[in-house]
Amino acid sequence: MDKIEKIISTAVLVPVDNIDTDQIIPARFLKTTSREGFGEKLFYDWRFASDGSPVADNPIAGQKGVILVAGNNFGCGSSREHAAWALHDAGYRAVVSSSFADIFRNNALNNCLLPVKVSEEYLADLISVLKSAPETVVSIDLGAQTISVPGVGEESFDINGYKKECLMKGYSDIDYLLADKASILKYESEHK
Amino acid sequence: MGKTLFDKIWESHVVKHIPDGPDVLYIDRHLVHEVTSPQAFSALKAKGLKVFRPEKTFATCDHNVPTLGQDKPIADESSRNAVDSLAANTAENGITYFPLGDPGNGIVHVIGPEQGIVLCGQTVVCGDSHTATHGAFGNIAFGIGTSEVEMVLATQCLLQSKPKQARITVDGRLAANVTPKDVILHIISKLGTDGCTGCFVEYAGEVFRDMSMEGRMTVCNMSIEMGAKGGMVAPDRTTFDYICGRRFAPSGTAFDEKVVSWQTLKTDADAVFDKEYHFEASDIRPMVTYGTNPGMGVAVDCVIPSEAVGCDAVTFDKALAYMDFHKGEPMTGKKIDYVFVGSCTNGRIEDFRAFAKAVGGRRKAEGVTVWLVPGSKEVEAKIEAEGIGDALRAAGFQIRQPGCSACLAMNADKIPAGKYAVSTSNRNFEGRQGYGARTILAGPLVAAEAAVTGRIGIPSEVR
Repeated sequence: MDKIEKIISTAVLVPVDNIDTDQIIPARFLKTTSREGFGEKLFYDWRFASDGSPVADNPIAGQKGVILVAGNNFGCGSSREHAAWALHDAGYRAVVSSSFADIFRNNALNNCLLPVKVSEEYLADLISVLKSAPETVVSIDLGAQTISVPGVGEESFDINGYKKECLMKGYSDIDYLLADKASILKYESEHK
Repeated sequence: MGKTLFDKIWESHVVKHIPDGPDVLYIDRHLVHEVTSPQAFSALKAKGLKVFRPEKTFATCDHNVPTLGQDKPIADESSRNAVDSLAANTAENGITYFPLGDPGNGIVHVIGPEQGIVLCGQTVVCGDSHTATHGAFGNIAFGIGTSEVEMVLATQCLLQSKPKQARITVDGRLAANVTPKDVILHIISKLGTDGCTGCFVEYAGEVFRDMSMEGRMTVCNMSIEMGAKGGMVAPDRTTFDYICGRRFAPSGTAFDEKVVSWQTLKTDADAVFDKEYHFEASDIRPMVTYGTNPGMGVAVDCVIPSEAVGCDAVTFDKALAYMDFHKGEPMTGKKIDYVFVGSCTNGRIEDFRAFAKAVGGRRKAEGVTVWLVPGSKEVEAKIEAEGIGDALRAAGFQIRQPGCSACLAMNADKIPAGKYAVSTSNRNFEGRQGYGARTILAGPLVAAEAAVTGRIGIPSEVR
């Protein structure tokens, strides 16, 4: 797995609440049995009309960066990990919002995509700064658990110590579980 | 301080606690379908691993399957490949699989309880957000991603941080034209699509005690639509009676012994929840949604709110523009084009009984396309055995074959762009039922009214 320490980038701003997993990647693209290529399908129906022609008011057109800044309740809906795969495959390394749906949050963490939960006030200020100055650089420091943006300030964000270490060292949950089969076997023998 | 039902089940499944980290949680039942599992099976294979406890995992194909002509090979190549790879993966790992056409086949959250796979007091997971359904039996049931599916296949465990807890109490008695779907749509409309994010919910009170298992499943199913990790109802005699005699459930004295232990699955009187919400049954009326998330709901006889509810003004206006609805308009009388009855939310036998009864002697409206999609082969068989199929066909309706169908439109059952569909499913997101499709979520009675009149209307009292 990749590692995360610091993410410093301009941001892609989509200041809409409740961006659901069907917006992130529509269900019709989930038929493949591989894990590759979902980046091309990211936000597909925002980018293309049903006949494949580009959508004129595509909200992400022309924006660049590896940090997505979105409205409240990002990633609600389906459990499809394809949403996290698509964001990561398209180059994103962090999503900043004032809240994340639980399953999306876990999926993101399992794919080296950092969900950064900020206060509603901080998000509102960040959105307003990015609207007036789209080239603003956002700095996320996982070690210090901070996000800082010129004109907005710095805020700290939560992540548990275990997950932080996983992301910074490139460990994954499955490796942890496989390394401790003994505890699982012991639990099973005690709970027949 | 007392413990909640959730605390009791969680604690009895903790293998170990990681300091400043999650718990290693043991999983009793793992349900699998063809969309979120192939990458997990291939990752396992790449690591040279086999499924650790194949007897605790059960699989079905549901998302990709056609709802007509299931005896023929699936026409869509990628859908067929997805289903074929599930068959191969389950065979290779010794996992029980209900293939298309098998009497046990159907939507994963319909067959889990129906086959007696899911019991009480268990941890239940599936790579599907509507896994919350199984909380209806007093389980900790929640949806997981594919990386987590791989973890459960490999170790029968997950790393999970214990969520906060909320209790939603609804007291009183529901009016005769109010269904469990209306109850949960009412709750979500009040709490919002992220009202319970980070929480596991227990539903309590007279309304849920009086509810059938099918009704409790409908309610728990949509817990995820208000952001909850899952939702549960404490098991009782209704629960035990439902489980008794089902294929994979314990039988005889083993069942009786289980019931004795299941009867202890209750929240202590002095347990404290992080959040408490109370609603009155008498305030709940038949519901519909008017926007593009399940929290954008109103009673059928109400108007669309005149200002943003549950989101910012821009998001609200965007949703109404997508639906081509306007602030302050009444929902009653709105013309619709499609009706979809089915899904893991409302695709059970009780839903088709309610729909058929509400149709009464009336006929399907001209110009309205109605898709009646049973949640499983067993539901399909009951529809026929009870004469519901004959009655509905005589009234101009067609009964299709089981699957997720138009709920997420992965198969050919897509609502065309711009068309309005009254759907008993769970999500009205933009494009969910097809590119540009406009979804109005409702229960089976409002769906029946729409199917025979072609409009949104208040269902008469049918019970």
